[in-house]
Amino acid sequence: MALSKEQLQDLYRRMVRIRVFEDRVAEIYWEGKIPAFDIGAGTIPGEMHLYQGQEAVAVGMCAHLRPEDFVASTHRGHGHLIGKNVDLKPMLAEIMGRKTGLCEGKGGHMHLFSADLHYGCGGIIGGGLPHATGAGLAFKKQKRDNVAVAFLGEGAANIGAFHESINLAALWKLPVIYVVEDNLYAVSVPKTASTAVKSNAERGAGYGIPGVWIDGMDVMAMYEAAGEAVARARRGEGPSIIEALCYRYRGHFEGDAEPYRTPQEVEEWRKKDPIPKYRQRLIQQGMLTEAEAAEIDQQVAAEVKAAEDFARSSPFPEPREALERVFA
Amino acid sequence: MTTRELSVSQAIAEAIGQEIERDNRVFAMGEDIGVWGGVFGMTQGLHAKYGAEKIMDTPISETGFVGAAVGAALEGMRPIAEIMFVDFSGACFDQILNHVSKIHYMSGGKIKLPMVITTAIGGGYNDAEQHSQCLYSLFAHLPGLKIVVPSSAYDAKGLMTQAIRDDNPVMFFLHKGVAGLVWMAPNPRASGPVPEEPYTIPFGVADVKHEGKDVTIVAVSLMVHRALDAAEALAKEGISAEVVDLRTLVPLDKEAIVNSVKKTHRLLVVDEDYLSYGFSGEIVAVVAERALGYLDAPPKRLAVPDVPIPYSDPLEDFVRPDAAKIVAAVKELMK
Repeated sequence: MALSKEQLQDLYRRMVRIRVFEDRVAEIYWEGKIPAFDIGAGTIPGEMHLYQGQEAVAVGMCAHLRPEDFVASTHRGHGHLIGKNVDLKPMLAEIMGRKTGLCEGKGGHMHLFSADLHYGCGGIIGGGLPHATGAGLAFKKQKRDNVAVAFLGEGAANIGAFHESINLAALWKLPVIYVVEDNLYAVSVPKTASTAVKSNAERGAGYGIPGVWIDGMDVMAMYEAAGEAVARARRGEGPSIIEALCYRYRGHFEGDAEPYRTPQEVEEWRKKDPIPKYRQRLIQQGMLTEAEAAEIDQQVAAEVKAAEDFARSSPFPEPREALERVFA
Repeated sequence: MTTRELSVSQAIAEAIGQEIERDNRVFAMGEDIGVWGGVFGMTQGLHAKYGAEKIMDTPISETGFVGAAVGAALEGMRPIAEIMFVDFSGACFDQILNHVSKIHYMSGGKIKLPMVITTAIGGGYNDAEQHSQCLYSLFAHLPGLKIVVPSSAYDAKGLMTQAIRDDNPVMFFLHKGVAGLVWMAPNPRASGPVPEEPYTIPFGVADVKHEGKDVTIVAVSLMVHRALDAAEALAKEGISAEVVDLRTLVPLDKEAIVNSVKKTHRLLVVDEDYLSYGFSGEIVAVVAERALGYLDAPPKRLAVPDVPIPYSDPLEDFVRPDAAKIVAAVKELMK
């Protein structure tokens, strides 16, 4: 799977886009919440679950996807949507509750939808997993060679929906990839206290499908595993499980006091940061120059700035719009 | 139009089959809906005709296949998912509660979810607490779901065709007692003339199944049959009862209810679901808000008195409304 220079740089660009976007979202989130934290106050009210640290997983997977390939994401979904190359403007506008947002202000950060990108996410753990299975069923019935991807955290691999979804997909040989992002904690509970097997990749055996375990801090490792699973799915050979070991740098949500882990642990994982590691590797391989990297960084910063300007200058929905869109 | 006598479940199966022929996006899945034809007959004969691609048996996996129906609808199909008994909806309640009913709204109207969930309801045959509930009010409470509860074969076919063609999620509740099943007590009202050609009945339009001038009886499904039995008995005693069959709880035909009450000045709601916080209270509230001054007597409700459905004959008969109880309640109203 020899990638061109452009493809290799694109992986870097997508990871940087997720990181810079979310770093800025984190800053904006705290506007209006200091000194007294009121979760419902500020420019971005409500819960906020950030993805920093896990970028290699979203990008390594989504780099294989076409816009029409389906993605069911999670409560921590920014990376997956940006991985699919969403326009950041309506995305950030939605997160700020504006009329110009992806969902006209009805969904917010935890319920982002894009019909164009065949993307949905939600706040119920495991809730989207059977949707990916069903999208795969539709693709098979329609004889399209599209694939469906379900992202989930390692905590979600213990809910019934995970097992029911995979059993159906395996039974019917559907083109679905279940990507388990093992970021070590289900909110606060470590995997060792939640999961009877060491790796969710092992659970593939229970359904007669491949399961692989990879280093989710390495975008190329994720890219290669995802490539095999996508190729298998497009060939009509059925679903796969990929479990990617990764780490979320920030709390479960913004404001999380993080009593379940130490600052030293977070520091250790930050040393394995997928973005500078990958950047360094590309430079060593001659696939990226410092100047090109800096240019990508600048372009992404400008994109995020433009998205923020767009969102801040966008109107809020009219209050009575709350009554609309219950039925089509 | 050619019409024949069909049972309610035959009429439903005919609607599903005709829509499968008309629209390549339509398919059905559920437990035992294939060769068996559905435990309540909603897909009878369709597997032989259209094959396993269109009439898919599933594992016992409600979250899996109801959630898969969501995903298939998101990708352009028009699935029908059958939850065998409504009592089993607990196994996939998250999908209905948080996904089916909300995706269109959460997406700001950008994503449509054209899917039908069919399920069987009701008691009267000693299947007890976990197989005899109605629960349509539970789902009618959730914004975003259309709720269909037919009483006749003609209505069932037209409403099912409408449900499949609707761009919104629809829950379609078939009462076992109106299905026309060979293994239940015969119900002459469970069969009726049904046109062969496809037709639709719009949602939110109630049907007056029996005209009257003294009292309005509002009901759905099997309780419409019981109300019609009661109306015949009451007529012999000189009391003229109007039976309003709502046919759909969401959307609700408030006009039809209010207009009938303005004519009769008395209201009885008959409901086989639990009494409190349910559809019987909703109908009384509608009348209180819009026609209170027309009432000559406080409205009455007959429903399951907030207990689970018990097993033993005398117990089950005691908690479920029937024609005799309706007659007695109407006489109370007429005092």
